[in-house]
Amino acid sequence: MLSVYYAYMVEYRAELLFWVLSGTFPLIFLGIWAKASQGGQFALDSITFIRYFLVVFLVRQLTVVWVVWEFEREVVEGKLSPFLLQPIDPVWRHLFSHVAERFARLPFIGVLMGLCFLLYPQALWRPSLPALLWGLVAIAAAFCLRFIIQYTFGLFAFWLERATAIEQFWYLVYIFASGMIAPLDVFPDAVRAVILWTPFPYLIYFPANVLLERETHLLQGFVAIALWGLIFFAINRWLWKRGLRQYSGMGA
Amino acid sequence: MERYWQVLKLFWSTAIAAELEYRLNFVVAAFSSIGGLAGSLFGLFLFYRTGYEFEGWSWEEALIVLGVFTMLQGFSATFLAPNLNKIVRQVQEGTLDFVLLKPISSQFWLSTRTLSPWGLPDLLFGLVIIVYAGTRLGVSPLAYGLALLPLAFGFLSLYSLWFMLGATSIWFVKIYNVTEVLRGLLEAGRFPVVAYPFAYRVFLTFIIPVAFLTTVPAQALLGQVEWGWLGGSLVLAIALLQISRWFWGFALRFYTSASS
Repeated sequence: MLSVYYAYMVEYRAELLFWVLSGTFPLIFLGIWAKASQGGQFALDSITFIRYFLVVFLVRQLTVVWVVWEFEREVVEGKLSPFLLQPIDPVWRHLFSHVAERFARLPFIGVLMGLCFLLYPQALWRPSLPALLWGLVAIAAAFCLRFIIQYTFGLFAFWLERATAIEQFWYLVYIFASGMIAPLDVFPDAVRAVILWTPFPYLIYFPANVLLERETHLLQGFVAIALWGLIFFAINRWLWKRGLRQYSGMGA
Repeated sequence: MERYWQVLKLFWSTAIAAELEYRLNFVVAAFSSIGGLAGSLFGLFLFYRTGYEFEGWSWEEALIVLGVFTMLQGFSATFLAPNLNKIVRQVQEGTLDFVLLKPISSQFWLSTRTLSPWGLPDLLFGLVIIVYAGTRLGVSPLAYGLALLPLAFGFLSLYSLWFMLGATSIWFVKIYNVTEVLRGLLEAGRFPVVAYPFAYRVFLTFIIPVAFLTTVPAQALLGQVEWGWLGGSLVLAIALLQISRWFWGFALRFYTSASS
């Protein structure tokens, strides 16, 4: 299944390139924070800022999820029905297409990150092996959490016509609260304390910090991811059961 | 010319009538617009919190840039995004043939076919921010009028860039996400261009002319603009518009319709 979806994704190279380019958001903020930290008083120095945003770019690229759009279309257009007849849960198809796409994306990510290191050669560093390993695990965990959350939103498509609207709302908060526009270190303390209780920082800020070996509580982060994952998983399965009844009720 | 006006009125009145069917969407749009704005303000606040300033831009002045940026976003959500989706679909399904046969400019038809009031909240809130910051800075009414010019040039440049990207659908077919690319790059317009390091500034001025879209109109409003920049934004708008027309003609030569 993975290889099928990999081949499928490679077919649409131009589209994929556009997707990667549209995620350059953190690179813009990289520039602006790097300059700001040279002139002003901020919690981090400019090298750390540069590395932070490069890693954020990487994490974001590897955890992009779009299942809600596909799922909504399947439900609204009634295409879900044939997949329900197959002996595996339809979620696996989505999951594998996401994972396969990661690999098709890698070369583009490499080129863009290379460009940035050319621009800021002093930011180049070699992460230690444990940091790299734990970082990859954290990225994978963040991806799973993001996938579960978005798939849960997608399930609302059984009742609403535009489940993507929920995702768009969520995304607004996500951009600001996940640490994408700035590391949480520069937030006011009260705001940061509140945000740490939400799932957002564990989607970007936490994996990025693990990769950078900045002081983080590994255990706390993974526990938070697991807890939020379980919560959304429970809601997800409950909605799925209710939703299927609703769906067949529509005469499909 | 008159015919174009009539067609335009017809297009837009039907589009608005169709969108009014979904009034709830509008509420959703208004809410996301407020949310997005709160986020942008917070993002800007993070810089100014510790007393840092973008070179030569006080908090209120930076707010004006943000307001212009919000208005551009609203403009593209209202006029550009819905039409782009249409172009892509027409190329994919081959119905572009019918458009090409119509006795008016196909570029005009494709770029004005629909509009969606979804972007109106952004346009409005952007304006509110500008007026708020403008009043605190004591900007004269005349300055607002002067700022309208580069703002209009900015809209025009953005439209031309966007249309060229849309025209690439003739080759790539599936390009729903070019709008995302454009939006991603426009994000850079949130902040005055001096806030960026030198390499970025060159890129944002000459390659993706974001500087002309938000910083120049804001400077015009503040009365700090140099005539060179103003002229630059005029030249840029006209040049991009003309290039977009050539590019469309060029792209059409590669269009093989569904039946031929």
